[in-house]
Amino acid sequence: MSAAQSLSSYLLISAALFSIGVFGLLSRRNLVAILISLELILNSASLNFVAFNKFSLVDKALGQVFAIFIIALAAAEVCIGLSLILLLHRKKDSINVDEARELRG
Amino acid sequence: MMENIVFFGVVALTLLGAFLAVSLRNVFYNALALVLCLFGVACLFIFLNSEFLAVMEVIVYIGAISIAIIFAIMLSTPMLQKTEAPQDRLKTLRSFVIAALLFGGLFKALQKTTWPAAGVDGDYSLHAIGRLLLTGQVLPFEAVSLVLLVAIMGALLLAEKK
Repeated sequence: MSAAQSLSSYLLISAALFSIGVFGLLSRRNLVAILISLELILNSASLNFVAFNKFSLVDKALGQVFAIFIIALAAAEVCIGLSLILLLHRKKDSINVDEARELRG
Repeated sequence: MMENIVFFGVVALTLLGAFLAVSLRNVFYNALALVLCLFGVACLFIFLNSEFLAVMEVIVYIGAISIAIIFAIMLSTPMLQKTEAPQDRLKTLRSFVIAALLFGGLFKALQKTTWPAAGVDGDYSLHAIGRLLLTGQVLPFEAVSLVLLVAIMGALLLAEKK
Protein backbone atom coordinates (compact mmCIF):
# COMPACT_ATOMS: atom_id res chain seq x y z
CA MET A 1 0.00 0.00 0.00
CA SER A 2 1.40 3.40 -0.89
CA ALA A 3 2.08 5.90 1.88
CA ALA A 4 -0.47 8.37 0.51
CA GLN A 5 -3.22 5.75 0.94
CA SER A 6 -2.66 4.62 4.51
CA LEU A 7 -4.27 6.08 7.59
CA SER A 8 -1.21 5.77 9.81
CA SER A 9 0.98 8.04 7.67
CA TYR A 10 -1.53 10.86 8.03
CA LEU A 11 -1.81 10.25 11.77
CA LEU A 12 1.98 10.38 12.01
CA ILE A 13 2.12 13.73 10.16
CA SER A 14 -0.60 15.05 12.44
CA ALA A 15 1.27 13.90 15.55
CA ALA A 16 4.42 15.62 14.27
CA LEU A 17 2.51 18.86 13.63
CA PHE A 18 0.99 18.66 17.11
CA SER A 19 4.37 18.11 18.76
CA ILE A 20 5.94 21.00 16.84
CA GLY A 21 3.03 23.19 17.95
CA VAL A 22 3.49 22.20 21.59
CA PHE A 23 7.21 22.90 21.30
CA GLY A 24 6.47 26.40 20.00
CA LEU A 25 3.85 26.94 22.70
CA LEU A 26 6.35 26.10 25.44
CA SER A 27 9.50 27.69 24.10
CA ARG A 28 8.36 31.06 22.72
CA ARG A 29 7.59 34.09 24.85
CA ASN A 30 6.17 36.26 22.06
CA LEU A 31 2.35 36.25 22.09
CA VAL A 32 2.01 36.29 18.30
CA ALA A 33 4.36 33.30 18.05
CA ILE A 34 2.22 31.50 20.64
CA LEU A 35 -0.86 32.21 18.51
CA ILE A 36 0.94 30.76 15.47
CA SER A 37 1.78 27.60 17.43
CA LEU A 38 -1.89 27.29 18.41
CA GLU A 39 -2.80 27.42 14.71
CA LEU A 40 -0.46 24.49 14.08
CA ILE A 41 -2.14 22.46 16.82
CA LEU A 42 -5.63 23.20 15.46
CA ASN A 43 -4.43 22.19 12.00
CA SER A 44 -3.17 18.86 13.26
CA ALA A 45 -6.61 18.22 14.80
CA SER A 46 -8.43 18.98 11.57
CA LEU A 47 -5.97 16.84 9.59
CA ASN A 48 -6.85 13.96 11.94
CA PHE A 49 -10.58 14.51 11.40
CA VAL A 50 -10.21 14.48 7.62
CA ALA A 51 -7.91 11.44 7.65
CA PHE A 52 -10.36 9.43 9.77
CA ASN A 53 -13.14 10.71 7.52
CA LYS A 54 -11.52 9.06 4.53
CA PHE A 55 -10.39 5.79 6.06
CA SER A 56 -12.71 5.01 8.99
CA LEU A 57 -16.08 6.66 8.51
CA VAL A 58 -18.97 5.47 6.40
CA ASP A 59 -20.54 8.92 6.03
CA LYS A 60 -17.83 10.75 4.08
CA ALA A 61 -19.25 14.22 4.82
CA LEU A 62 -19.19 14.03 8.64
CA GLY A 63 -15.44 14.45 9.16
CA GLN A 64 -15.31 17.29 6.65
CA VAL A 65 -18.12 19.09 8.49
CA PHE A 66 -16.16 18.88 11.73
CA ALA A 67 -13.03 20.20 10.01
CA ILE A 68 -15.13 23.15 8.82
CA PHE A 69 -16.20 23.78 12.43
CA ILE A 70 -12.54 23.73 13.49
CA ILE A 71 -11.64 26.29 10.80
CA ALA A 72 -14.49 28.57 11.92
CA LEU A 73 -13.48 28.33 15.59
CA ALA A 74 -9.84 29.00 14.69
CA ALA A 75 -10.94 32.16 12.88
CA ALA A 76 -12.87 33.30 15.98
CA GLU A 77 -9.93 32.49 18.25
CA VAL A 78 -7.43 34.41 16.13
CA CYS A 79 -9.75 37.40 15.91
CA ILE A 80 -10.12 37.65 19.70
CA GLY A 81 -6.46 36.80 20.34
CA LEU A 82 -5.11 39.44 17.97
CA SER A 83 -7.30 42.16 19.42
CA LEU A 84 -6.12 41.25 22.94
CA ILE A 85 -2.51 41.31 21.73
CA LEU A 86 -2.99 44.73 20.11
CA LEU A 87 -4.55 45.99 23.34
CA LEU A 88 -1.62 44.70 25.38
CA HIS A 89 0.85 46.19 22.93
CA ARG A 90 -0.86 49.56 23.16
CA LYS A 91 -0.81 49.44 26.93
CA LYS A 92 2.64 48.04 27.68
CA ASP A 93 4.53 48.49 24.40
CA SER A 94 5.55 44.85 24.59
CA ILE A 95 3.98 41.53 23.69
CA ASN A 96 6.15 39.35 25.84
CA VAL A 97 4.03 37.09 28.03
CA ASP A 98 6.47 37.45 30.90
CA GLU A 99 5.69 41.15 31.15
CA ALA A 100 1.91 40.70 31.38
CA ARG A 101 1.60 39.38 34.89
CA GLU A 102 -0.66 41.80 36.76
CA LEU A 103 -3.14 39.04 37.56
CA ARG A 104 -0.46 37.14 39.41
CA GLY A 105 -0.63 39.74 42.17
CA MET B 1 5.02 5.85 -7.65
CA MET B 2 4.48 9.41 -8.86
CA GLU B 3 1.82 9.84 -6.17
CA ASN B 4 4.31 8.85 -3.48
CA ILE B 5 6.94 11.33 -4.68
CA VAL B 6 4.42 14.18 -4.64
CA PHE B 7 3.10 13.04 -1.26
CA PHE B 8 6.52 13.02 0.37
CA GLY B 9 7.28 16.41 -1.17
CA VAL B 10 4.11 17.85 0.33
CA VAL B 11 4.83 16.28 3.72
CA ALA B 12 8.36 17.71 3.71
CA LEU B 13 6.96 21.15 2.80
CA THR B 14 4.39 20.98 5.62
CA LEU B 15 6.81 19.88 8.31
CA LEU B 16 9.49 22.33 7.17
CA GLY B 17 6.96 25.16 7.30
CA ALA B 18 5.79 24.09 10.76
CA PHE B 19 9.34 23.83 12.05
CA LEU B 20 10.32 27.25 10.70
CA ALA B 21 7.09 28.74 12.08
CA VAL B 22 8.11 27.93 15.63
CA SER B 23 11.89 28.15 15.46
CA LEU B 24 12.78 31.38 13.62
CA ARG B 25 13.40 34.32 15.92
CA ASN B 26 11.69 37.04 13.87
CA VAL B 27 7.93 36.82 14.29
CA PHE B 28 7.27 38.11 10.76
CA TYR B 29 9.18 35.16 9.27
CA ASN B 30 7.17 32.90 11.58
CA ALA B 31 3.95 34.16 10.00
CA LEU B 32 5.33 33.58 6.47
CA ALA B 33 6.43 30.05 7.39
CA LEU B 34 2.94 29.43 8.78
CA VAL B 35 1.53 30.22 5.32
CA LEU B 36 3.86 27.57 3.84
CA CYS B 37 2.74 25.00 6.39
CA LEU B 38 -0.96 25.74 5.87
CA PHE B 39 -0.53 25.39 2.12
CA GLY B 40 1.01 21.96 2.68
CA VAL B 41 -1.94 20.94 4.86
CA ALA B 42 -4.31 22.10 2.11
CA CYS B 43 -2.44 19.83 -0.34
CA LEU B 44 -2.82 16.93 2.14
CA PHE B 45 -6.57 17.59 2.19
CA ILE B 46 -6.59 17.07 -1.58
CA PHE B 47 -4.84 13.72 -1.05
CA LEU B 48 -7.70 12.89 1.34
CA ASN B 49 -10.35 13.59 -1.36
CA SER B 50 -11.63 16.71 0.44
CA GLU B 51 -11.22 19.36 -2.24
CA PHE B 52 -13.72 21.73 -0.67
CA LEU B 53 -11.79 21.73 2.60
CA ALA B 54 -8.55 22.39 0.74
CA VAL B 55 -10.11 25.47 -0.86
CA MET B 56 -11.52 26.57 2.52
CA GLU B 57 -8.11 26.10 4.12
CA VAL B 58 -6.50 28.37 1.53
CA ILE B 59 -9.25 30.99 1.69
CA VAL B 60 -9.84 31.12 5.44
CA TYR B 61 -6.49 30.12 6.94
CA ILE B 62 -4.11 31.69 4.43
CA GLY B 63 -6.34 34.44 3.12
CA ALA B 64 -7.86 35.58 6.40
CA ILE B 65 -6.07 34.27 9.48
CA SER B 66 -2.46 34.53 8.31
CA ILE B 67 -3.10 37.90 6.70
CA ALA B 68 -4.68 39.14 9.95
CA ILE B 69 -1.61 38.00 11.88
CA ILE B 70 0.72 39.68 9.36
CA PHE B 71 -1.35 42.87 9.56
CA ALA B 72 -1.13 42.87 13.35
CA ILE B 73 2.64 42.41 13.15
CA MET B 74 3.07 45.18 10.59
CA LEU B 75 0.76 47.63 12.39
CA SER B 76 2.95 47.53 15.44
CA THR B 77 6.37 48.42 14.05
CA PRO B 78 8.42 47.44 17.11
CA MET B 79 7.30 43.85 16.60
CA LEU B 80 8.43 43.96 12.99
CA GLN B 81 11.89 45.31 13.64
CA LYS B 82 12.75 43.66 16.88
CA THR B 83 14.06 40.15 16.56
CA GLU B 84 13.60 38.52 19.91
CA ALA B 85 16.52 38.35 22.23
CA PRO B 86 17.98 34.85 22.13
CA GLN B 87 16.42 33.09 25.06
CA ASP B 88 18.09 30.81 27.48
CA ARG B 89 19.09 27.44 26.10
CA LEU B 90 17.69 25.60 29.09
CA LYS B 91 14.10 26.57 28.38
CA THR B 92 14.37 25.63 24.68
CA LEU B 93 15.93 22.31 25.63
CA ARG B 94 13.21 21.62 28.19
CA SER B 95 10.43 22.40 25.70
CA PHE B 96 12.15 20.22 23.11
CA VAL B 97 12.34 17.28 25.52
CA ILE B 98 8.66 17.64 26.44
CA ALA B 99 7.61 17.84 22.77
CA ALA B 100 9.80 14.85 21.87
CA LEU B 101 8.33 12.78 24.70
CA LEU B 102 4.83 13.74 23.54
CA PHE B 103 5.65 12.70 19.98
CA GLY B 104 7.14 9.43 21.21
CA GLY B 105 4.00 8.66 23.20
CA LEU B 106 1.72 9.46 20.27
CA PHE B 107 3.92 7.33 17.97
CA LYS B 108 3.72 4.35 20.35
CA ALA B 109 -0.06 4.76 20.63
CA LEU B 110 -0.36 4.88 16.82
CA GLN B 111 1.60 1.66 16.46
CA LYS B 112 -0.36 -0.21 19.10
CA THR B 113 -3.88 0.75 18.03
CA THR B 114 -5.80 -0.88 15.22
CA TRP B 115 -8.21 1.66 13.79
CA PRO B 116 -11.64 0.73 12.46
CA ALA B 117 -11.50 0.57 8.70
CA ALA B 118 -14.19 1.41 6.20
CA GLY B 119 -14.00 1.63 2.43
CA VAL B 120 -12.56 4.82 0.98
CA ASP B 121 -15.35 5.10 -1.60
CA GLY B 122 -18.23 7.40 -0.78
CA ASP B 123 -19.85 10.75 -1.37
CA TYR B 124 -17.24 13.44 -0.61
CA SER B 125 -19.11 16.11 -2.55
CA LEU B 126 -19.97 19.63 -1.49
CA HIS B 127 -23.61 18.61 -1.95
CA ALA B 128 -23.34 15.99 0.83
CA ILE B 129 -21.52 18.42 3.14
CA GLY B 130 -24.20 21.07 2.69
CA ARG B 131 -27.01 18.62 3.28
CA LEU B 132 -25.36 17.31 6.47
CA LEU B 133 -24.73 20.86 7.74
CA LEU B 134 -28.42 21.72 7.46
CA THR B 135 -29.89 18.42 8.67
CA GLY B 136 -27.90 16.27 11.09
CA GLN B 137 -25.40 18.87 12.28
CA VAL B 138 -27.63 21.93 12.29
CA LEU B 139 -27.25 22.63 16.03
CA PRO B 140 -23.40 22.81 15.98
CA PHE B 141 -23.66 24.84 12.78
CA GLU B 142 -25.88 27.45 14.43
CA ALA B 143 -23.72 27.45 17.56
CA VAL B 144 -20.59 28.10 15.48
CA SER B 145 -22.28 30.96 13.67
CA LEU B 146 -23.24 32.49 17.03
CA VAL B 147 -19.68 32.04 18.35
CA LEU B 148 -18.27 33.78 15.27
CA LEU B 149 -20.67 36.69 15.65
CA VAL B 150 -19.86 37.13 19.34
CA ALA B 151 -16.12 36.81 18.66
CA ILE B 152 -16.17 39.50 15.98
CA MET B 153 -18.21 41.84 18.17
CA GLY B 154 -15.89 41.19 21.11
CA ALA B 155 -12.80 41.85 19.01
CA LEU B 156 -14.24 45.14 17.75
CA LEU B 157 -15.12 46.16 21.30
CA LEU B 158 -11.68 45.26 22.64
CA ALA B 159 -9.65 46.91 19.90
CA GLU B 160 -11.64 50.15 20.03
CA LYS B 161 -9.51 53.14 21.01
CA LYS B 162 -10.72 54.51 24.30
